Amino acid sequence: MSRMDDGELVARLKAGDQAAYAQLVEEQAARIYRLALRMMGNETDAEDVLQETFLSAFRSIDSFEERSSLSTWLYRIATNAALMRLRRKEPEQVSVDEPLERDDGDLLPRQFFDFCCLPEDDLLRDEARAEMLRAIDGLPATLRSVFVLRDIEGLSTEETANALDLSISAVKSRLMRARLKLRERLSTYFSQGPVLPDTRQ
Amino acid sequence: MNAAERPHEHTPENCRRYLGSLGDYIEGTLGVELCHELEAHMVVCENCRVVVNTLAKTISLYHQLPAPELPNAVKERLLAVLDLKPFLQNGTGSEDLQAE
Ligand SMILES: [Zn+2]
Repeated sequence: MSRMDDGELVARLKAGDQAAYAQLVEEQAARIYRLALRMMGNETDAEDVLQETFLSAFRSIDSFEERSSLSTWLYRIATNAALMRLRRKEPEQVSVDEPLERDDGDLLPRQFFDFCCLPEDDLLRDEARAEMLRAIDGLPATLRSVFVLRDIEGLSTEETANALDLSISAVKSRLMRARLKLRERLSTYFSQGPVLPDTRQ
Repeated sequence: MNAAERPHEHTPENCRRYLGSLGDYIEGTLGVELCHELEAHMVVCENCRVVVNTLAKTISLYHQLPAPELPNAVKERLLAVLDLKPFLQNGTGSEDLQAE
């Protein structure tokens, strides 16, 4: 039997077909886990978000309208689950009403260290990657969700807007803020030079 | 004369003005006119040049980040929570059922 396309899969999901449920997990779980891990920053919370996402998707499959793809729909559920969880954990940090279009003063670049020409070995080492992940964690959740969907998961601006219920311009502005903040942090990190644990005199 | 009339110059107002366009510039979706303006500005403004380069590099470094795998144990627990345990047989596990 050939793989079901979205429409056929949706029909079988709505009919309560267990094999269709299993197929959805098979096809989407890894992606949702990745998103959850980048959003939450730790495996325990990521697993909770993963489970919540599929439980909630199966509960509400009847209300799925095929305006978006199944995978965008799942991203939307997963991002909501992650944001809700983050709000519970760090209520002061996550505000839906965060003024995003305000003055860009706090975004003005301050670091002008050109780390582009550093050796790839320095840029790609484990420590640098750990810092990159910490930098994602350091973003406010509303910026993090846009950055993770666009730049980590590779969704288009439109798909991201759809998954997050945002306007295109809000996605663009949040993505820009997120990227500038990350650039700032990586510039600071790389300007300090590689830490060489084996440097002995 | 204000900064907007001298877009090529390296002034804080100009650098600020272009800040919001850098994303579109990097993705190649900035309007032609603004694109020329920004490029002329970057010729004289080292700061903006560095910001553009490092911003693009930041994005490309994140693109190169290895994707974490879904651990098998996590997948097993997910299927258990969803009452889909019977479908866990390395791989899709749905073939036998569909063969009925
Ligand atoms: Zn400038």
